[in-house]
Amino acid sequence: MITPRQPLFSARAWSALALAVAVIAVVMPLLNLVAPKDSMFAVSDYTVALAGKIMCYAIVALAMDLIWGYTGILSLGHGLFFALGGYCFGMYLMRQIGHDGVYNSDLPDFMVFLDWKEYPWYWNFTGHFWYAMLLAVLIPGLLAFIFGFFAFRSRIKGVYFSIITQALTFAFMLLFFRNDTGFGGNNGFTDFKRIAGIAIATPQMRMTLFVLSGLTLIGALLLARYLVTSKMGRVLTAIRDAESRVMFSGYDPLWYKLFVWTLSAVLCGIAGALYVPQVGIINPSEMSPANSIEIAIWVAVGGRGTLIGAILGAFLVNGAKSWFTVAFPEYWLFFLGATFIAVTLFLPQGVVGLVARLRGKKS
Amino acid sequence: MNAEVHSAGGKPVAAYGHVTGKEVDVSHGPILYLEDISVSFDGFKALNALSLTVEAGELRCIIGPNGAGKTTMMDVITGKTRPDAGSVYFGQSIDLLRLTEPQIAHAGIGRKFQKPTVFEQHSVFENLELAMKTDKRVRTTLFAKLDSHARDRIAHTLDLINLAAEAGRPAGLLSHGQKQWLEIGMLLMQEPKLLLLDEPVAGMTDAETERTGELFNTLAGSHSLIVVEHDMDFVAGIARHVTVLHEGSVLAEGSMETVQNDPRVIEVYLGR
Repeated sequence: MITPRQPLFSARAWSALALAVAVIAVVMPLLNLVAPKDSMFAVSDYTVALAGKIMCYAIVALAMDLIWGYTGILSLGHGLFFALGGYCFGMYLMRQIGHDGVYNSDLPDFMVFLDWKEYPWYWNFTGHFWYAMLLAVLIPGLLAFIFGFFAFRSRIKGVYFSIITQALTFAFMLLFFRNDTGFGGNNGFTDFKRIAGIAIATPQMRMTLFVLSGLTLIGALLLARYLVTSKMGRVLTAIRDAESRVMFSGYDPLWYKLFVWTLSAVLCGIAGALYVPQVGIINPSEMSPANSIEIAIWVAVGGRGTLIGAILGAFLVNGAKSWFTVAFPEYWLFFLGATFIAVTLFLPQGVVGLVARLRGKKS
Repeated sequence: MNAEVHSAGGKPVAAYGHVTGKEVDVSHGPILYLEDISVSFDGFKALNALSLTVEAGELRCIIGPNGAGKTTMMDVITGKTRPDAGSVYFGQSIDLLRLTEPQIAHAGIGRKFQKPTVFEQHSVFENLELAMKTDKRVRTTLFAKLDSHARDRIAHTLDLINLAAEAGRPAGLLSHGQKQWLEIGMLLMQEPKLLLLDEPVAGMTDAETERTGELFNTLAGSHSLIVVEHDMDFVAGIARHVTVLHEGSVLAEGSMETVQNDPRVIEVYLGR
């Protein structure tokens, strides 16, 4: 007997995906921009901003699921790649401020403040939109490739790998805190004015960023789904489950891990570049170890190794966070920690696993 | 060591990922040479100047008490453990000590572990698909499609290992004996020249054990096999040539009858 190949998506999932595209690209813009503000269907600017931000997080969660859920490598440094993507695009946003800064100078305010006379060399060409976007992909990708090459070649695994990634993001955070590094020290980049000459603060630009984030998320989901249903995905899960058998079957795990690890970092970089203009700030706290741990919690809550669970987890945890930090700001971290423990103990498959179990009981 | 002389002339020794690496050269008869291999772990000599030669097409059984170095020897051959001294050649020209585990697999050596090691979350079919001999580099894997020829090969192996009815089941749900068979099937999909089998019949029923013996005898000739086994009846049933290991080196070698009557072997192993 021959098992049938898994399709990319089931017919129902394809319809759900088409519906998601319609909501993101048509319904939301209509309800936010066209519908009268006092109508009951109107979507507020706040909701658009929040959903746009969470969709960027969801891209990061997908990237995390590829490397952790499918390949079994827990990264506790994915916040670094996200922040680096943000900084790369942030350089472009800083240049777009032009003379409108506090000091009306050619240079960003923080450089004037440091008494710098010109841009450091690594700021060259960052005034070009496409170059900045390219950097947002290349820099996280390159760092991940080099770091991953040495870590995977030395066969560093499990908790040791997690700790090193945590140390990596911490080291970069300290580096970016320094004013001399040339990225605005602890204040980072903020006060962005426009993209391609168009003001960021306009509802149209905000909606454009929202739609771009949503379509990127769906693109990332399609790409990830292709990977995990292909032979590539089967090799990755094989590495997770029995790496020695993979090696003795003739696959070199080094290149497979490096491929998915670098791809994962690139996805984070793109998400970071989309995120920064929407929240209007990027600073080194995005690289804090706690941020990276939170990414792992999103995926654990939603359900590892399911892709859709990662997206769901990002929405659930961040939705809860935006409510909690208003209602009981001082208890958020306790709640997050308790959630993680509860999920680990009672829901090892996350919310997706719970739903599957309930459905199984019904039928 | 004259490794340079051996590999001179034909450099692409089992180039990683390629289906057509250099074929193993068995023109002089043997397919595997181990010479003076020593391995020590924290002062304990797991292998002590072990020398062993296996002829092409041979079915060699290796027996020995626990700690004799049987598994360590397999680790050395497959690149998992680097010896402190000695040399390992696959045929006349492939220096195994210079290759990584995946490269050794591509050169034509397949290994079955003592504890059956299959991909438990994957279906039986997918286990065989992943093991199948092909270009195993990342960029080929990304766009790999199963053609009808490959499906036929998998179906053929499924029949051979008696798991056709289980093709769609996750391998983790198989019985211990079935997992052993699946792992042997995965080895066969790799089309190795030399198979290393560590306790292949552990956990099998008598009928399964008997079928395994028949399978090994069919494979011998076109393949070379090294079987490490504790089951003496099984060894006696299939063995033509037996090597007894003790404390990391060869204690005795010959037909089953010869080694069974060797007083030293009786003392350390059989006589217990």
